[in-house]
Amino acid sequence: MMPDLGKYALYVLTAYGASVGLLAVLVAMSWVRSARVKRLLAEAEREAKIG
Amino acid sequence: MSLWEYANPARFMALSARVLPVLAVLSGLCLVVGLIWGFFFTPDDFRQGSTVKIIYLHVPSAMMAINAWAMMLVASLIWLIRRHHVSALAARAAAPVGVVMTLIALATGAIWGQPMWGTWWAWDPRLTSFLILFLFYLGYIALWEAIEDPDTAADLTSVLCLVGSVFAILSRYAVNFWNQGLHQGASLSLDKEENVADVFWFPLLVCIAGFVLLFVALVLMRTRTEIRARRLHALRMRARMG
Repeated sequence: MMPDLGKYALYVLTAYGASVGLLAVLVAMSWVRSARVKRLLAEAEREAKIG
Repeated sequence: MSLWEYANPARFMALSARVLPVLAVLSGLCLVVGLIWGFFFTPDDFRQGSTVKIIYLHVPSAMMAINAWAMMLVASLIWLIRRHHVSALAARAAAPVGVVMTLIALATGAIWGQPMWGTWWAWDPRLTSFLILFLFYLGYIALWEAIEDPDTAADLTSVLCLVGSVFAILSRYAVNFWNQGLHQGASLSLDKEENVADVFWFPLLVCIAGFVLLFVALVLMRTRTEIRARRLHALRMRARMG
């Protein structure tokens, strides 16, 4: 159940929304780059073995 | 076994592969529990009303903004003195995490400041030193991106990190040096009289633990990525040469 935040509701919800959003973007970007570099390295190592 | 053995990329990758999933789960758990506890199950402050709930984001992110730079400083010193590549890459990996923590601290501080101080921003010692720290983070990241040779980039960014440490320390102690600012002193203290009440303190501790664990997990993940990126770069250079 949502707590009664009174007249400061907008400030509190904005702070939580912005912070959780920024953390989510940071985690997602770190994850995506990690997966991309891992895949590219696997490809390069395969090519290096063949060549 | 010496700590320096983990400066070997292969050993670091093996250890971090085991530790990372545990840290990720623990950080997620602490953040969810701490933020839900703080948001839903703590009372309003008698003076600040419901805005006190912003403390669960503002204090841990501000702590991590400074501590991330401190970690980068130690890693940079290790690079400059002992030339371990993993430490330089760990410093590089920590910077984007630190910049997001600083941004969260600045944003939540401004959002908290408007209803409590009547202004989003003031050129207060702590706020100003935090803004300069944020700019140092951006400069540090830009310098890594701007220099092609990784060792030269590591050298120059390490020196920048040493210079920026002055502002990281200022951000922490500015309220003690100058008393004319709007920002209050430390919310957390070993002195029970100065510390926040227990009803806010316990969920805050859980949130701090969550932010610390998240920072460590993200730095490990990003350092692993940087090590792989370095190997990829070396393989591509070798292929181009021969």
